[in-house]
Amino acid sequence: MNNATYIGIFYIFAAITVFSAAFVVFSKNVIYSAFALLFTFFGAAALYVFLSADFIAVTQVVVYVGGILVLLLFGVMFTNTIMKPDMKTDVLHVVPGTLLLVATVGGLLFTFYTTGSWKPSDVQLQGSVVERIGFETMSRYVLPFEMASILLLAALIGAAFLARYDKVRNNEQ
Amino acid sequence: MELFTNIGLNHYLTISALLFGFGLFAVMTRKNAIVILMGVELILNAANINFLAFSKFNGGMEGVMFSLFVIVLAAAEAAIALAIVINIFKLFKSVDVSSIDTMKE
Repeated sequence: MNNATYIGIFYIFAAITVFSAAFVVFSKNVIYSAFALLFTFFGAAALYVFLSADFIAVTQVVVYVGGILVLLLFGVMFTNTIMKPDMKTDVLHVVPGTLLLVATVGGLLFTFYTTGSWKPSDVQLQGSVVERIGFETMSRYVLPFEMASILLLAALIGAAFLARYDKVRNNEQ
Repeated sequence: MELFTNIGLNHYLTISALLFGFGLFAVMTRKNAIVILMGVELILNAANINFLAFSKFNGGMEGVMFSLFVIVLAAAEAAIALAIVINIFKLFKSVDVSSIDTMKE
């Protein structure tokens, strides 16, 4: 488990995740941010595989990369004039934002690394979790599962209602 | 060298803390509503990594199930937020969050 290849691959994916997340945040161009977010999501999916949550990793790729990222790109395309050469985004409150970033990350890391050590369980998650997720979904988590389906239906109707082409208002103008 | 050769809980928590900080920074400093949404997605991913890391080292399935629901909620949130942003763009011809000040005196 703790051989050199494993550790090297972990650090590669950790670096991909963190640096592309930094690029998302510090890049001025919205399109660059969106494409850097792709690498962040893939890196996070790889980390999920390291955490032996293979089903979550696949869901992450399908939902985030296939759904949310495409939606965000649609949003960028809809709300910017493509012909305009600079799809730049301005910044405000940079100094308080940087202070908050440093304080949050520094505080969290200080807490993690100074307050004793974690006590991991003897029985850690091993192998694939797909079968166990199936069992859990249909037994302990059947109510949240159904609630999620209702929520998704409501979100579908709400999004379609909000973003539809408004004929009445268009005629009035 | 123990810190670098033994991948433990702290490694995942560090990555997650960095992602969370970057997401918070994006939400605070960006003017473009789409980039703010990207920051929210980063924060949700950070929470997911935490859930899965604690679930892995605890040996239970709770974190795995919760991260699944977090992904579902993130999908719903992104769809609704994009619809709202497109409506804002229709009304104000801009997605600059600091230019939307109709309700400000």
